[in-house]
Amino acid sequence: MLEVRGLTAGYGSITAIRDVTVDVGEGEIVAVLGANGAGKTTTLASIVGLVRARQGSIRFGSEIISHLPPEQIVRKGLSLTPEGRRVFTRLTVAENLAIGAAAHRGERREVSELRERLFELFPVLAQRLDWPAGTLSGGEQQQLAIARSLMSRPRLLLLDEPTLGLAPLLVRQVFELIRRLRNERGTTVLLVEQNAHKALDICDRAYIMRTGRIALEGTSEELRRTTQIERAYLGFSTG
Amino acid sequence: MGLQELVQQAINGLSLGSTYALLALGLAMVFSIMGLINFAHGDLLVVGGYTIWALREWAVPWVLVLPLTLAATTLAAVAMERIAFRPLRGADQTTLLLTSFAVSFFLENAFGIGVSVRPQGIEMPDWTANVINVGEFSVPLLQIATAAITFACLAALGIFLKRSLLGISMRAAAEDFSTTRLMGVSADRVIVSAFAISGLLAGVATLLHIARAASVDPTAGLNPMIKAFIAVIIGGLGNLSGAVAGGFLLGFIEVILQAILPQSALPFRDAVALVLLIAILLARPQGLLGRRQAAS
Repeated sequence: MLEVRGLTAGYGSITAIRDVTVDVGEGEIVAVLGANGAGKTTTLASIVGLVRARQGSIRFGSEIISHLPPEQIVRKGLSLTPEGRRVFTRLTVAENLAIGAAAHRGERREVSELRERLFELFPVLAQRLDWPAGTLSGGEQQQLAIARSLMSRPRLLLLDEPTLGLAPLLVRQVFELIRRLRNERGTTVLLVEQNAHKALDICDRAYIMRTGRIALEGTSEELRRTTQIERAYLGFSTG
Repeated sequence: MGLQELVQQAINGLSLGSTYALLALGLAMVFSIMGLINFAHGDLLVVGGYTIWALREWAVPWVLVLPLTLAATTLAAVAMERIAFRPLRGADQTTLLLTSFAVSFFLENAFGIGVSVRPQGIEMPDWTANVINVGEFSVPLLQIATAAITFACLAALGIFLKRSLLGISMRAAAEDFSTTRLMGVSADRVIVSAFAISGLLAGVATLLHIARAASVDPTAGLNPMIKAFIAVIIGGLGNLSGAVAGGFLLGFIEVILQAILPQSALPFRDAVALVLLIAILLARPQGLLGRRQAAS
């Protein structure tokens, strides 16, 4: 579904990622792991068009999306839940969800049905519908950010550190949600996480990035078994 | 000052403040989304003014002049964005600022050369001089109309920003532009809409202003532009309600000073007003309704 080939991108004079190649098949949960600054966020940002690719290509389905602006890429069925949630704090919960549906490619009726189902997944959002999003707690904002991404009914959901700063119970709930999205709705997920162990529990395959490059890739089975993860992640092995 | 005069001055302030508030609001809308203070915004008043003058020279009835003027200022604002600012999308703020000055110079000179640098008079319909008597108060009809129209515009804009998807998108863009694009909202559409709305508001301000001034000249936009800019700063940069509040506050201050300053001090009216505003900013640097910025 998603083919990233030789992606090189950065900010100003800095090249943040180099020669990144990632594949995501339909219905898969794929994780991108690595320490802070490894380039995981830049990779997602480049896929979705927020950062311009300097070299390489990005293909979604049958289309090359490499140099399209984010608003067009999103309308093709991708959605990114950005790092740090980035909910619109001055808008209400309802308004955040409404703007999330701006890229919905179906009918309006489907949008309200979708909203109702999201309320089943995230009951707290239904309770806080008219509250400014800035008054929600961190965990609630995270739920809002994910729900907002889902309002456009994406085929591919990109999640950038969805559990950052969340309490353990909420971390479990978010991962459970990701699993449900794939199993029940067939949503493909590309997940960036610092929490490697938890991510490897639910993903099918993973890539490990270090200093802007892909250092390692494999199925979650393979990666769990190898100590190379620690080497790539931490620079040394404990085993 | 007796009650009669107090009420009269209050209405004067409301009327003057309306023009400032409408201009400041348009300025703030564009700023909140693009971080650009468009110094050519005041010249929309000039565009609108000359449109009215030209249409009346051709004996176009007033009932058509009104919507055509609004169309002219809206189109001028959209054209500004398309021609002057879009090619520079993403440039740093100084570049955009200087570009807006260039647009302003261009417009002023275009009208000065194309028409004349001398003011052109515009004859207003008779009813604009009418006065309404309520008890012992006599209030110019025009001022009541000004206040009523302004509040209607503000209310309509408020509803639009709150209820429509485009309005919500614009508020989102003012807070976080790139995340808004992530929602599939077109950056172009949001920016053009902001300019269009600022042009429409400037058009209403033009009609109200011309009704009072009954003339137009190429530099007519300069003073209102400065006042609108001050109003935006006083209200808190990027805050729409603040810009409106700032506009009315400035109107009231000017009117009150005009009334209470001794004859010899009247030439310094604007200076006194600005000193008061500086005092406000010293006490509250973020403006009346602005957010306190953390020191970085």
